[in-house]
Amino acid sequence: MAERPEDLNLPNAVITRIIKEALPDGVNISKEARSAISRAASVFVLYATSCANNFAMKGKRKTLNAGDVLSAMEEMEFQRFMVPLKESLEVYRREQKGKKEARKDKDKKADSEEQDKSREEDNDDDDERMEEEEPNDEEELDN
Amino acid sequence: AEMAARLSENRLVSLPLSRIRVIMKSSPEVSSINQDALFLTAKATELFVQYLASYSYKHGRGKEKNALTYTDLSHTAEECETFQFLADILPKKILASKYLKMLEKEKRDGEVREDDEEEEEEEDEDEA
Repeated sequence: MAERPEDLNLPNAVITRIIKEALPDGVNISKEARSAISRAASVFVLYATSCANNFAMKGKRKTLNAGDVLSAMEEMEFQRFMVPLKESLEVYRREQKGKKEARKDKDKKADSEEQDKSREEDNDDDDERMEEEEPNDEEELDN
Repeated sequence: AEMAARLSENRLVSLPLSRIRVIMKSSPEVSSINQDALFLTAKATELFVQYLASYSYKHGRGKEKNALTYTDLSHTAEECETFQFLADILPKKILASKYLKMLEKEKRDGEVREDDEEEEEEEDEDEA
C-alpha cells in the first residue's frame, strides 16, 4: 500500500496542542516551527521503529513488542522517557484488559441470542487488531 | 478505526494510533507491531514533541522571547547531541547572498579540478 505524503504526517491540531502544553502560557509558536516539529515527530517515529526493530530481530522475533520500544528509547538516549512510558503502559494495559473483559461479556451475550451475527461482529474488528498478536496473552514481559 | 478513535480521545495519548501505525509500517523491515508497542511509540512521540519544544524554547538564541521559532529548533538539532538525528531535516537558514557566494566558491573549486559535471548543491532555506 503506497502512502500519500500527508499520511506520514501527524495531525496539526494535536501537535500544536502538545507543544502548547510544554511551553509557558502566552508563548507563540510560528507556523514554521510547528511544521518543523511535526516533521521531526514523524522522523522520530521512523527512527524509534527502526531501533526497536533491531531489538526484535536480535530476539529473533518478527513482531515489535513493548520491550523493544523501551530498549529503543534507551538506545536513542531518551532515558528521561522511561518512567512516564512505563507508568502509562500500565494504565493502558489495565484499560485494554477491561475492554477485553467487556467485549467477552458482550460476545457471550450475543452468542446466546444469535450465533452467526456475533461471529460477524468479531470480524468487523478494526484493522488494528487484525495483523497483531492478541495484546496481553502472548506478550513477552522483558522489562 | 473505531478503537483508534476512542484511544485518541482518551487522555492517555492524544496522537492517533492509526496514523502512528501507518508511519511505522512505512519501514519495509517491520512485519508486525504489537498493540502495546504501538501505544508506547505514540506516547513516546508525544513526550518527544514536548521535550523538543521546551528544550528549544529554553536554549533558543532567537531574539524573540515570547515565541518559539524555527531557528530555535534548528539550533537544538545542531547543538544538542540527543537531537542530532534531526539535523538534516532542520537545516540552518542562511542569507541568500551567502548562499550565492558559497555556490561561486564551489564552482571555482570545481574548475580547478577540471570537473565538467555540474555539482549539486544542498538546498538550504534562504532568508528573504
